[in-house]
Amino acid sequence: MITDHDVLVLGAGLAGMRAALEAARAGADVAIVTKVHPIRSHSSAAQGGINAAIAETDSWESHAFDTVKGSDYLADQDAVEAMTQEAPRDIIEFEHMGVIFFRGPDGKLGTRAFGGASQARTYFVGDITGQALLVTLYDQILKAGVKVYEEWFATALHMEEGACRGLVALEMVTGELHLLRSKAVIVGAGGLGRLYEPSTNALICTGDGYALAYRAGAPLMDMEMVQYHPTTLAGSGFLMTEAARGEGAYLLNSLNERFMKRYAPNKMELAARDVTSRAEATEIGEGRGIDGNVLLDLRHLGPDVILKKLPQIHEMALDYLGIDMVKEPVPVRPGMHYQMGGIKTDVEGATPVPGLYAAGEVACVSVHGGNRLGANSLLDTIVFGRRSGKVAAEYAKNTPASTGGEALLRNEQERLRELLARPYTGETNAGLRLELATMMDELVGLYRVEAGLREALDKLDGFRQRYETIAVGDKGRIFNQALTFSLELGHMLDCGETIIRSALIRTESRGAHTRSDFPERNDKEWLKHILLARRGEGEPELSYLPVTITRWQPEVRTY
Amino acid sequence: MQFTIEVGRFNPEGTYAENAVPGAPFPAPWDRSPARRYQTFTVDLPEHAVVLDALIAIREYQDQSLAVRCACRSAICGSCAMWINGHANLACKSKLSAFTQDGKTRVESPPSMPIIRDLVCDMKPFWDKHLAVKPWLQNKQPVPPPNEEYRVSNAAMEELIQEVSCISCSACLMDCESFAVNPDFLGPQALAQAFRYAGDPRDAETKERLAEYSKPGGIWDCTHCYECVTQCPKGVAPLEQILKLRKMAVDAGFTDNAGTRHADAFAESVRDSGRLNELTLMPKSVGFFNIVGQIKTLPSAFNLIRAGKFPPLIHKAIPGVNRIKTIFERVGGRFK
Repeated sequence: MITDHDVLVLGAGLAGMRAALEAARAGADVAIVTKVHPIRSHSSAAQGGINAAIAETDSWESHAFDTVKGSDYLADQDAVEAMTQEAPRDIIEFEHMGVIFFRGPDGKLGTRAFGGASQARTYFVGDITGQALLVTLYDQILKAGVKVYEEWFATALHMEEGACRGLVALEMVTGELHLLRSKAVIVGAGGLGRLYEPSTNALICTGDGYALAYRAGAPLMDMEMVQYHPTTLAGSGFLMTEAARGEGAYLLNSLNERFMKRYAPNKMELAARDVTSRAEATEIGEGRGIDGNVLLDLRHLGPDVILKKLPQIHEMALDYLGIDMVKEPVPVRPGMHYQMGGIKTDVEGATPVPGLYAAGEVACVSVHGGNRLGANSLLDTIVFGRRSGKVAAEYAKNTPASTGGEALLRNEQERLRELLARPYTGETNAGLRLELATMMDELVGLYRVEAGLREALDKLDGFRQRYETIAVGDKGRIFNQALTFSLELGHMLDCGETIIRSALIRTESRGAHTRSDFPERNDKEWLKHILLARRGEGEPELSYLPVTITRWQPEVRTY
Repeated sequence: MQFTIEVGRFNPEGTYAENAVPGAPFPAPWDRSPARRYQTFTVDLPEHAVVLDALIAIREYQDQSLAVRCACRSAICGSCAMWINGHANLACKSKLSAFTQDGKTRVESPPSMPIIRDLVCDMKPFWDKHLAVKPWLQNKQPVPPPNEEYRVSNAAMEELIQEVSCISCSACLMDCESFAVNPDFLGPQALAQAFRYAGDPRDAETKERLAEYSKPGGIWDCTHCYECVTQCPKGVAPLEQILKLRKMAVDAGFTDNAGTRHADAFAESVRDSGRLNELTLMPKSVGFFNIVGQIKTLPSAFNLIRAGKFPPLIHKAIPGVNRIKTIFERVGGRFK
């Protein structure tokens, strides 16, 4: 089946739905394509809050500076300025849509403290802020009557004369492949956490958006910048929100010591995430951990704060570890959480590929640079979701409809047919995924070194060859998740390769990227972005872009 | 630790493993749901593992054709609600050790929802109901300027956090007894969201909402079976929200419906006689002047007579009924 729209949005988390809403408001015929129902999107897992300088005592400049410093000066400052200036209005708009933000005694929005911020500017709904924003936005999508292709899995972008003009997607319930044509495509397909084991990310975060855009020729930028969150639950790796520390929780080592005093004497537990994660790793590495973990202690906050402001993490610790935070500290460790890099876009969300836009975690504007501040990711999704929706709708107005694409549809049909026809070898995609993800955590994780990265690249090459032979363990048409998982693993392999290559190229330590063999930040050589673009088979094409600096020159970064 | 899982399989394409044994048809009112085939798997997992861990282990290493929706694994995304031992639960929140009965755990797609494949049901009834309550803010005018929020108390916002905690997993609807016999019932989740907006001080259409929700299929079609309260994994307690909506609707004057008349007949009977007058309950609920409605109740009356359950024709008050009247007066409200 072939269907036409003005704008297609791939992904239905906060960035995708915000983009779709804005494009619809601009009069475009917009449709969302998503492999899961919008409400299942991983935006719902964002717990702590969303940043903006709204209070009279605050300023966007202060928010912007904290963001730039947090990024270890790799963020583009024009983009950060745009985001922090527009943050208050975008958050207020969500309040007008009905989000039940926490209020102060005067009935105005109230804040909590968060890491790396010079003042409390995080707005929140308990510890379910992402979920509260997501359901409200979904309900706005319903109200606006935006078409949603739900449980449709995108397999390729449709390119016509170098421009993106739609996509091919698998309707999971029927097993049918469709060509959806459009004048513009906005990718808001979220992160790639499944490429790492363990990770805080959901099983659906498989880097689909990065890979589809990369295969269509869009460059990926700063892919080496992978964030490890300081507090993920021992065992399962589930996220324990930074809001716990924002509310005053301590990090303790086996000596019952608030060890952050050695690493960030001023901000203590509320240093930036890269700093805190490395501090934990050092403590654990030097023998002051507890079974490979440190402790997150909330007891002194009292049951009222814990149960009212952090009910979800209280429930999770109880459900998955049997620990009641009111009475006991919880073992936590750094765990892979977020990809700062992504599809390179300008400050409007446009990629270098005509007709292709991106927003949210999958995009790299870059507002997070080398390290994202907590509660800036929700902000990123709604600001750049809106911006990209607007410009994509405008672009669509002056663009003729696509008429081609049948060849791509046939190619994709053939590709999937061949994939399904592969004979069993005894090897499974799940097994390969686990090997890949464990390898990424080990060799391309918190600490990296050239030899390890070279080994990772070799291993990845071997994984690719094995991947090409693995059979799909379900030959059916209807809701064939073995098939989509196989496609997802292909996406993860592409993402993994760009991360490893970028990590090898950047011979310095900046933000989340720590090279043990190059422990210092090197502004003279590395105040620039790394871009990788696929040009046919073989190695990707490397290019650099200078960091945009408007007002904040790089300084030594301490907390 | 070894766990045994019995998985209800369904494949519209008709392909099943040899050891998938046909199960008995579901009992009424679910007898139209296709019978499943049950396939037994053994998995080796830590003691604290949840049902979803077992399903993922099966899908990854034993049978890749097992269809199951899941994403976050931590009771946030709402994907994995299914029947576990005959009741709706999130697979990611249900410990295997707690759900092992007679040495095994049985999981299947609930027969109360249409089925797509294996553990994947068609959520259309759920989302249609969600949409039907107009789940969006109808902004109170004037909307504050773009740089200003509505001024409301934190208490008013906290009042709604219970409903906002809903993850749309549909566990409540899957086990709703009213929905099981009446597909038109809006159901627990949609009505909890109805309260979330009707109870929002920033909403301008509370009255219109209450009028809408008071119609057949709405708030008065809940039978208080408490399944939704028991099954909700997030403490939303939809029934409690439905009761709040009923009070709001009656207070707003939406009383011309069978539900309110039924509740009124209960209250009046208890006030006046100290106990329930079952003889007048049905006619009063239907409305005395609703001749067609009255005639429709006749078969029920005959059934009661045949079963020997028809109430006594003379209804006597209990001794000391005046003291009950005093309680009504003290409580105040519509029946003092």
